[in-house]
Amino acid sequence: MKAILSGNEAVARGCYEYGLHVATAYPGTPSTEILENISQYSEIYSEWSPNEKVAFEVAMGATFEGARTLVAMKHVGLNVAADPFVSMSFIGAPGGFIVVSADDPGMHSSQNEQDNRYYAKFAAYPCLDPSDSQEAKDFVGSALDISVRFDTPVLFRMTTRICHAKGVVELGERKEYEIRGFESDIRKFVVLPSHGRLRHPMVVERLNKLREFAETTDLNTIEKGSSGIGVITNGVAYQYVKEIMPEASVLKLGMCYPLPLQKIRSFAGGVERLFVVEELEPFIEEQLRAEGIACEGKRYWSNLGELNPEIVEAGFAAAGILKSAPAAPQKEEVIPRPPVFCPGCPHRGLYYSLNKLKALVTTDIGCYTLGVLPPLSAGHTCVEMGASIGVAAGMAKTRGDGRGIVATIGDSTFLHSGMTGLLNTVSNGAGITVVIADNRITAMTGGQQHPGSGKTLAGNPGIQVDLPAVCRALGANNIREVDTYNLEEVQTVLREEMDKDELSVVITTRPCVLYPSENRKKYKEPIFQVDPEKCIGCKACFKVSCPAIGESDEKTAKGLPKTYIDELLCTGCSVCSQVCPTGAIQRIE
Amino acid sequence: MNTTHNVLIVGVGGQGVLLASEVLSSVSMEAGFDTKKSEVHGMAQRGGVVSSHVRFGEKVYSALIKEGEADVILAFEQAEAQRWIHFLRPEGSIIINKYKLFPPIASMKGFDYPEDPIGAVKKRTANVTVVEAVKLANGLGNSRLVNTILLGVLSLRLDIPTQIWEKVISERVPKGTEKLNITAFQEGRSQQ
Ligand SMILES: Cc1ncc(C[n+]2csc(CCOP(=O)(O)OP(=O)(O)O)c2C)c(N)n1
Ligand code: SF4
Repeated sequence: MKAILSGNEAVARGCYEYGLHVATAYPGTPSTEILENISQYSEIYSEWSPNEKVAFEVAMGATFEGARTLVAMKHVGLNVAADPFVSMSFIGAPGGFIVVSADDPGMHSSQNEQDNRYYAKFAAYPCLDPSDSQEAKDFVGSALDISVRFDTPVLFRMTTRICHAKGVVELGERKEYEIRGFESDIRKFVVLPSHGRLRHPMVVERLNKLREFAETTDLNTIEKGSSGIGVITNGVAYQYVKEIMPEASVLKLGMCYPLPLQKIRSFAGGVERLFVVEELEPFIEEQLRAEGIACEGKRYWSNLGELNPEIVEAGFAAAGILKSAPAAPQKEEVIPRPPVFCPGCPHRGLYYSLNKLKALVTTDIGCYTLGVLPPLSAGHTCVEMGASIGVAAGMAKTRGDGRGIVATIGDSTFLHSGMTGLLNTVSNGAGITVVIADNRITAMTGGQQHPGSGKTLAGNPGIQVDLPAVCRALGANNIREVDTYNLEEVQTVLREEMDKDELSVVITTRPCVLYPSENRKKYKEPIFQVDPEKCIGCKACFKVSCPAIGESDEKTAKGLPKTYIDELLCTGCSVCSQVCPTGAIQRIE
Repeated sequence: MNTTHNVLIVGVGGQGVLLASEVLSSVSMEAGFDTKKSEVHGMAQRGGVVSSHVRFGEKVYSALIKEGEADVILAFEQAEAQRWIHFLRPEGSIIINKYKLFPPIASMKGFDYPEDPIGAVKKRTANVTVVEAVKLANGLGNSRLVNTILLGVLSLRLDIPTQIWEKVISERVPKGTEKLNITAFQEGRSQQ
């Protein structure tokens, strides 16, 4: 049977077919749908963990027991899980172990575009890199085989275009595997220095065996072409090369680390010019150069952003292989559409207020980061998940005064890596205001459950961690709750807390309006309308940056366009009505 | 020889672009074509620009359409039609839903919603079909039918049997609305 699946769906299907037992993850675009899809298979235990490091550790425990296991994360998630990732290389993977790293070239929804293939080299993992959905499924099987055969964890590197693009996939049946159980061996599972010294030579030897394997595996395939041009490529770049250079000979590296150097040498020997086409960094090219294999690559293709067929074509034209492509059709200048908070979003009132209060805001990663964009314009720093509190504390310590400094952090982010930052602020005493924007869900990535959501990945009832109690337990004693649909309340509380050089925690109480989907009905309150008689066209309401508010065709006496509210989009949150100076925005009873 | 068909579907986050391309790619797979589809999820959900590339043929490599090579563009929103028109190949055709969505940024200086996006598109190609899908959907009694109506118009430009479209649409729409959606699909097919 055939189905049309995204790369993420295909990985999930592969997990099912190849007998996976356990899967864990923390959500992150573009990896999130892997676990969401695995959760439909009752044969596989799956969970959202509160962060990538914990997800990795739970997965390690499972494979130590002998389970076939996968852990998934976005590229920056691997930075969070880097500590267990690197150490696990010394231990091995008794049951079979896949680490999915979903990279985001072009930064469609990420803060950077690091190339995680380097992690494979760094920690001596084999790295598989599928080039379409069918391979995404098949490679799960190959990765588990390699993992078990060589007692090694495997890095399964994907990119946004592989994760989210769909293609036709042939489906198969599930095969069951036995779980052997934990076999205690402290020299293997306890990483004391004395044990590590024994294990490191094993890692080197394993890598040598993997090098031999790379020479013969059908993960690395040669397609002979009719021209004298040879191209070594991997991942999505392979598809663009096939599209643009149908006559070239192609060596596709399904396994891009360690490299099959003999195979590459013989491939290079059979072509007149050898190119390496790879997205982001010259990971393959550098290794070829280090081995003295002449090749051309980043000279023609930038290491910035995504590749696409046009860019691959332009590179071959620059290299004199193809005729220069005709000039690209001219683009039209059209108004940009930066992402904005949903109508009714609970974060809107918070950032509108922080802007009004001229707070210095260290913010964090989530939907609420959009509060940085104009016209809300509240947010001065944002680095990585959990950074907001530490950065705010560092600023306060340096100034010797925490007044006016506000760290804003989402609930999922707080549980991911904000709690230790708060603990530090308590123990070292910085007088900042911490706002936890608690919408009860991981919204930015599409509404995943976390320990504060009250549900598990499988949809079963779960705990709903008590955030004020957590903060109290961490030693914060001034904790206040606010309703962000009430601007006066938010501003009063924030003003009072920002004026003190003492730590305070403010927790917002409104849930997300989009996730879980039940909320969309629950929070549809009577909606609002603009009374055109009263609207003076001042656009004060535009300052709350709501997609439901637009310009109507009606004009004021001064010729200013009046405002209207889209009745399909309005959720009745009332925030805009609180900023209108003439009371023109009224609830429809 | 390249016999791959290239369809670009564009609009604004939340309009149903991804659902439409989902239907098209299932239809082309059921019709026996190798099919690929690419779009990016993420920020697009929050009112951002959304574009979905669908390619089908005997064997498809790249999931992305090259600029100037789309056979058909289906635009759910007028300004988006203008934003993506450079993807259309000279003999290609574009279907535009006559509907405007103002981004909140349109309230700020220097960010004006285009004056006449359909006019701008017509300057670049003669092959423009403008559909008042919202009006048609309301005529059928349900504003949610916009999507299916537009798919009906799109189906006129692609050589795939109607039964396959109707089968896939019936499988994809909420239970109980199958008949209504088929009527909407037919309504789309009657636009010319
Ligand atoms: C290390 C890392 N893991 C995952 C992500 C992906 N990601 C972006 S925002 C976010 C969480 C947002 O949840 P929350 O803090 O509750 O804010 P909300 O979006 O709900 O407002 C995640 C998981 C990331 N950017 N970095
Ligand atoms: S998904 Fe939820 S948190 Fe994110 S912008 Fe929409 S309402 Fe706000």
